[in-house]
Amino acid sequence: MWLRALSITSAAMLTASCTEGVLDPHGPVGKAERIILYDSTAIMLAVIIPVIVLTLVFAWWFRARNSRARYRPDWEYSGRIEMIIWSIPALVILFLGGIAWTGSHDLDPPLPLAESTAPLDIEVISLDWRWLFIYPHEGIASLNRLVVPAGVPLRFRLTSTTVMNSFFVPQLGSQIYAMPNMVTRLNLEADQPGTFEGLSAQFSGDGFSDMRFDLVSTEAEAFKDWVNSTKAQGGILDARTFEELERPAKADGVQTYAQVSEGLFDRISSRSMAAVSPQGGR
Amino acid sequence: MMGRLTWAAIPFDQPVVMIASGTVGFVIFCVLALVTVKGWWPYLWREWITSVDHKRIGVMYIGLALLMLVRGFSDAMLMRSQLALAAGHAQGYLPPEHYDQIFSAHGTIMIFFVAMPFVIGLMNFVLPLQLGVRDVAFPVLNSVGFWLSAAGVLLVNVSLVVGEFARTGWLAYPPLSEVAYSPGVGVDYYLWSLQISGLGTLLSGINLTTTILKLRSPGMGYRQMPIFCWTALASNLLIVAAFPILTATFAMLLLDRYCGFHFFTNELGGNPMMYINLIWCWGHPEVYILILPAFGVFSEVVATFSGKPLFGRRSMVMATMVICVLSFLVWLHHFFTMGAGADVNAFFGVMTMIIAVPTGVKIFNWLFTLYGGRIRFTVPIYWAIGFMVTFVIGGMTGVLMAIPPADFVLHNSLFLIAHFHNVAIGGVVFGVMAGISYWFPKAFGFTLNERLGKAVFWCWFIGFYLAFMPLYVLGLMGATRRMQHYSNMHWQPLMLVALAGAILILLGIALTVVQLAVSIRRREHNRDVTGDPWNGRTLEWSTPSPPPVWNFSHLPQVDRSDAFWAMKQQRGTAQGRNVQRTYETIHVPRNNPTGFFLAFFAVLLGFSLIWRIWWGAGLGLLGAIVICLVQAWRTDGEIVVPAEKVASFERLHGLKERAV
Repeated sequence: MWLRALSITSAAMLTASCTEGVLDPHGPVGKAERIILYDSTAIMLAVIIPVIVLTLVFAWWFRARNSRARYRPDWEYSGRIEMIIWSIPALVILFLGGIAWTGSHDLDPPLPLAESTAPLDIEVISLDWRWLFIYPHEGIASLNRLVVPAGVPLRFRLTSTTVMNSFFVPQLGSQIYAMPNMVTRLNLEADQPGTFEGLSAQFSGDGFSDMRFDLVSTEAEAFKDWVNSTKAQGGILDARTFEELERPAKADGVQTYAQVSEGLFDRISSRSMAAVSPQGGR
Repeated sequence: MMGRLTWAAIPFDQPVVMIASGTVGFVIFCVLALVTVKGWWPYLWREWITSVDHKRIGVMYIGLALLMLVRGFSDAMLMRSQLALAAGHAQGYLPPEHYDQIFSAHGTIMIFFVAMPFVIGLMNFVLPLQLGVRDVAFPVLNSVGFWLSAAGVLLVNVSLVVGEFARTGWLAYPPLSEVAYSPGVGVDYYLWSLQISGLGTLLSGINLTTTILKLRSPGMGYRQMPIFCWTALASNLLIVAAFPILTATFAMLLLDRYCGFHFFTNELGGNPMMYINLIWCWGHPEVYILILPAFGVFSEVVATFSGKPLFGRRSMVMATMVICVLSFLVWLHHFFTMGAGADVNAFFGVMTMIIAVPTGVKIFNWLFTLYGGRIRFTVPIYWAIGFMVTFVIGGMTGVLMAIPPADFVLHNSLFLIAHFHNVAIGGVVFGVMAGISYWFPKAFGFTLNERLGKAVFWCWFIGFYLAFMPLYVLGLMGATRRMQHYSNMHWQPLMLVALAGAILILLGIALTVVQLAVSIRRREHNRDVTGDPWNGRTLEWSTPSPPPVWNFSHLPQVDRSDAFWAMKQQRGTAQGRNVQRTYETIHVPRNNPTGFFLAFFAVLLGFSLIWRIWWGAGLGLLGAIVICLVQAWRTDGEIVVPAEKVASFERLHGLKERAV
């Protein structure tokens, strides 16, 4: 009864985890990372499972009441076993270390994706507690909703106006911190149309839990239409409107901007020497 | 006059807080009243508060940790129940400004005021006994270390009623923890309580390191030293090396907050990334400070209850010291997602994995210690085997996250939360529980109730799996840590399972209290008159339980590891104690209230600084300095135990032993 309930629960848990989140990637980065997750888990399970089984078997067989088990009160050393027990973890780690080394280089967030299509540049600014996405070449911006064309590499530059956040769309792969006075880089791609949830993975204060946005991946044509319609309507994002955005507020609805003053992102990400935080220094 | 402190600091409008703190206050009042009515103050003052006996101090550390476990666990229950409710459009019952304090307090308390005092308490109690010596190197410093930790505990708990606690997470990353974004006193409570208790921890580390390096019974070289002492040595070396980093880092953040400096702010070239690097330069060794002594406990427990020496002792020692050194070379794996670049990430990823090698060796050593044993299934071995099964899973998920590209999708998720609870509960808590049930009879002279002990184990063991396996899955589904509510309804069933697990662990904690009560009531049935209830192998079992103030009437002569086991083999009796006819006078340190008074002034100093009551801070600092000066000029630090008293103790004990 217990076992059955347990197996049903774990089966349900496994299927649930495979239909959303990082085990259901929709882009090349996420897919490569899933392979690493699966491979390294499999390699380690090959050692872990025998160890767990042996622990239970040894403990059970060598119980004090078992008269058939041979008691060896002075056995404390065996050179051969010692060699094996150092080698097993060392070999596993040698193997996984290789995965880690190549993986870090192949999937380094700033590394452009190897694609023939020209990438789409997106500038991400994390606010308290909303996400602002600027399309520098299109000259438009979107608040709390990221619309991208499917099958096109996305080249992100990220910064923050106030505290740290982490930009993360689980179904596309890698996350990266957005930090004040700094620019981090990230390359992702959605390989098919769909809506994927994005979030901040780094706690940033009271409005943190609502710092979620939809990443909408569309066909190339639909993306063009969206850009054009955004250009046709919506406000202007300049220093004055941005000041309003900087006031702490919980995420509430989506907004677009038909025009963005040039160099806004660079000004935000390099204002370290000016005293700009809302309450000042002290 | 009172700085920022006004009546508004007390949350009269929050019934939950007021009822909770009112209840706690009432209980404390009742306890104090009982102590006063019964006239126990002189006893408490003489035997506990001013005691510099390492055994008493060890017991007080563990008592403190148990108390704070209840506090930290109630935070955990609040979080689990909040997340079980706050799905979809529901917001649960804890608003963010309250919830954020709870998870910050939970992490801070569990690491600094539960795990640390548990581990330091065990080391304090056990080390001199295992080393076969009469005391630690610096008994008064030891007492000061304990009382400073207690001062930190007091400040953290005051924050519940007066003011607020940090809303920044347990490591208070800037710039969120800077005045610009956390203008309240919460972060100040966090910083000052940890500065004070951190100083206590450092003092305790210095004391225990010196004890191991300089005080060992005649003949005990490093090769003969029990394995728990080795792991404790590694742990204390890490304390001495790492805690100053923590203190310095917090000092810089304090300068930012109090004096308008810009170490980590967003202005004038301040750099928050520096804080994150520094705090983890302490933070990662801290993990090993906690887990290494737990490894030591398991080594002792597995060897003792298998009835054979630890397999591959040299490997074990080597593995311990390798971990000790490597633990300083892996800190960056806590922020692979900060954009350090492929080479740096890969280096720290590989270094992190290399630590898994000595850790894996340890697991195999315990495995082959079980092999060929005659295993007695007592409570400590339950914890040990539960640990071996659970810890390897935590190790696996840890290595998984050491691969930078895997961490890019798992970082800061509930998967991470599951991982570190997997090693913190499956490793540290299980280790401490094993240690407590193993050494309890040594401390109090009677064993704990076995049946209830096993019930406690099963509650924790099953409770852990129920509470944290769902979190692994939730992390993979994209659930992040520190969220106060979530919109994805698929997550709720798993959150409910996790809540059920937490309730089971709560039952385990309740049963621990029952176990203690039952064991104390039935202590005459479980008396340990031999001093060696488990047929132990190391020197602590060669002296009566509870040991006299001077630990050993004759310092044992040691020429190999598992010294007491060898003595028993040589004499051919279960009773290997060195019985001799003549006794010498023994010097033991005199009681000393320095620690208690220092803690008093430290609380005054900390509280005043938090609320910017400058005269109070001056008074606290002055008082602390005066106490230190008085201590420095004391002339008489020891009392003499005459030989007749030692002899009569041994005679009495011998009589009791023969009566069995």
